[in-house]
Amino acid sequence: MKVTGAQALMKCLKEQGVNVVFGFPGGAVIDIFDEIMKNKDLTHVLVRHEQAAVHAADAYARVVGDVGVALVTSGPGATNTVTGIASAYLDSIPIVVFTGQVPTALIGNDAFQEVDIVGITRPCTKHNYLVTDPNELIETIREAFHIARTGRPGPVLIDLPKDVMAAMVNFTEPKPVKMRTYRPTYEPHPGQIEKACKSILKAKKPVLYIGGGVIASNAHEEVTEFARKMSVPVTMTLMGLGGFPGTDPLSMGMLGMHGTYFANMAVSDCDMLIAVGARFDDRVTGRLDAFAPHAKIIHIDIDPTSISKNIGVDIPIVADCKHAVAAMNSWLDRTKEFNRDEIAVKHEPWLNKIREWKAKHPLGYVEEADIIKPQFVVQKLHELTGGDAIITTEVGQNQMWAAQFYHFNHPRAFLTSGGLGVMGYGFPAAIGAKMAAPERTVIDIAGDGSIQMNIQELATAMQYKCPVKIAILNNNYLGMVRQWQELFYDKRYSNTGLETAPDFVKLAEAYGAVGLRATRPSEVEPVIKEALATDNTVIMDFVISREEGVYPMVPAGKATTEMLLV
Amino acid sequence: MKHTISVLLQNKPGVLSRVTGLFSGRGYNIESLCVNKTLDPNVSCLTLVSYGADQIIEQITKQLHKLIDVIKVTDMAETEYVEREMVLIRIKAEAGTRAEVLRIIDIFRGKVVDVSSKSYAVEITGDEEKIQAVIDILKPIGIQEIVKTGTIAMARARKTL
Ligand SMILES: Cc1ncc(C[n+]2csc(CCOP(=O)(O)OP(=O)(O)O)c2C)c(N)n1
Ligand SMILES: [Mg+2]
Repeated sequence: MKVTGAQALMKCLKEQGVNVVFGFPGGAVIDIFDEIMKNKDLTHVLVRHEQAAVHAADAYARVVGDVGVALVTSGPGATNTVTGIASAYLDSIPIVVFTGQVPTALIGNDAFQEVDIVGITRPCTKHNYLVTDPNELIETIREAFHIARTGRPGPVLIDLPKDVMAAMVNFTEPKPVKMRTYRPTYEPHPGQIEKACKSILKAKKPVLYIGGGVIASNAHEEVTEFARKMSVPVTMTLMGLGGFPGTDPLSMGMLGMHGTYFANMAVSDCDMLIAVGARFDDRVTGRLDAFAPHAKIIHIDIDPTSISKNIGVDIPIVADCKHAVAAMNSWLDRTKEFNRDEIAVKHEPWLNKIREWKAKHPLGYVEEADIIKPQFVVQKLHELTGGDAIITTEVGQNQMWAAQFYHFNHPRAFLTSGGLGVMGYGFPAAIGAKMAAPERTVIDIAGDGSIQMNIQELATAMQYKCPVKIAILNNNYLGMVRQWQELFYDKRYSNTGLETAPDFVKLAEAYGAVGLRATRPSEVEPVIKEALATDNTVIMDFVISREEGVYPMVPAGKATTEMLLV
Repeated sequence: MKHTISVLLQNKPGVLSRVTGLFSGRGYNIESLCVNKTLDPNVSCLTLVSYGADQIIEQITKQLHKLIDVIKVTDMAETEYVEREMVLIRIKAEAGTRAEVLRIIDIFRGKVVDVSSKSYAVEITGDEEKIQAVIDILKPIGIQEIVKTGTIAMARARKTL
């Protein structure tokens, strides 16, 4: 069947199961938008800045567990996507970004709105393509989706010259994508699984350290089964939150720079560290030679480049986390050496030691009668949503308080720009999440600085009746940077004061949304209740204690046991 | 430490810059680079030489492997291999030195590929050390121009008794 390139794109999107595209038009993609208008199967969400389209697609992907899609024009439309793409790359989120390009005959001529976006995004995409031959269009799109969603997921970009979209192409029925050079390893090596299990059975002080790979591979059930079966305490990275129930007695919460005292102590004292889908990021390890110094390390990851990258690993297992942990569970079930009750008794002294650490320095903060504490706001959000909301965050202190105090019990409910740390991620992500799960409560836990980086998306939220809630923890500061200046730069607050700020209540109202403000602790609960009861987009402006810090804190480059505490 | 890395990759636009980007992105220099088609015109073989910490080079090798267009990566340090470079040298060759130049070239099994009344252009192949030795010997006579290829390398066939 002969169709135009733009029509072929529509057919490919349908065949890939894409219902929602986040985008913004321009000259180079008018042909595509012309088809979008006719396409009743597809919802196009018109964002107000292309960066937001990519963050929204990223969040959409995280919530549904499949590929998110963004579509933008050439030149500035394309360059505006770079931050979103880089964020998805570092967080291993499957998205496909379509960028318009000038007609093939003009490429390389510095044509109007021409930019080499394939060159620009080469180091921050899993793969990218410039389609110059219309006959390769369909195969390229199918390959792109395949690459984005398999193996270690990631962003893929396809650059589409205008003439390729107008050209006639032969639409062929899909067949399974077969690639000569790309075959990720899903199944673990049985010998390695056995070796790992035997070695875990010998350990006295094991810790399970899980990351975003557990979420990406939907391994949370297998991980939970394993931890409970083996009575192993669990700690999560920022990206791994929700991979194991945060309220489970075995949960130690997050580890690393702003991790809990007991998680960091446990990791530095353990004799066996089982890393699952985590990558030993510097924010997790602190000073490398002091990280888990007594531990034998098992590392399960689908990406061989993550293994032994920062820290030498004793038992590497290259596999999909879900498959590997399932294999460990079934190995344990089959072996006579394993007895659930005996293991529980054996690990009791270790779990007890962790309980002692926890009692000594629980996660906490100093309460005050007249000033709203940000941690209190997050606790109230947890309480009033029953812990069941999808939480997105901006970046900074707000992000860390959200991670510490909203105890995530389910995967795909905590969406944050973990690797790149993009201020401005949270709000467009909330819109993407709400488009993916309209029945869920979606809250962006925001900072007063970050929210201004994509505030224009209020128009998008209003246009698509996306009643997301924004909770600004308003300290009138670029708080996280201020905290570093306080601690390590003798309180020289260079350019971190944000006294000049909009009235967020009026700002919400200007867009037709609802604005609410709380300045006293007693107002927090009523404001949240009203926001949750409102069927509209709401900004909650919580005026919080200005110089509140995030604790515990491991100063950059220090050992994770050298924590500054509340 | 010196690493000679051999990469089989799809012969497509942009692939080379994906490979070199992994080095430049880490501030690593590529000392030499050689690429050409294999028997299969869709597949190229690339040989590159880089100096760096073993652990970082190992990380780069793994990253190379992860590139979608890369078929196979071999760090030659892990095998026995032969390597060759080729050099073209234009050397001053006037009445007094013409015979000596020819003698030296002959010792190194080089070939004269261009002749003028004042110079010879010669071609020599060998490993890095041999090429350096020729250059060192010819230098006092007067090298006018020099062009070197990158290293190409091939693993030795496994010898079984
Ligand atoms: C796009 C971007 N620019 C700069 C930074 C550096 N940065 C990290 S946290 C932070 C402060 C964020 O301020 P705010 O949103 O008010 O959050 P708070 O820390 O006060 O909760 C800054 C500037 C960043 N992460 N992202
Ligand atoms: Mg702030």
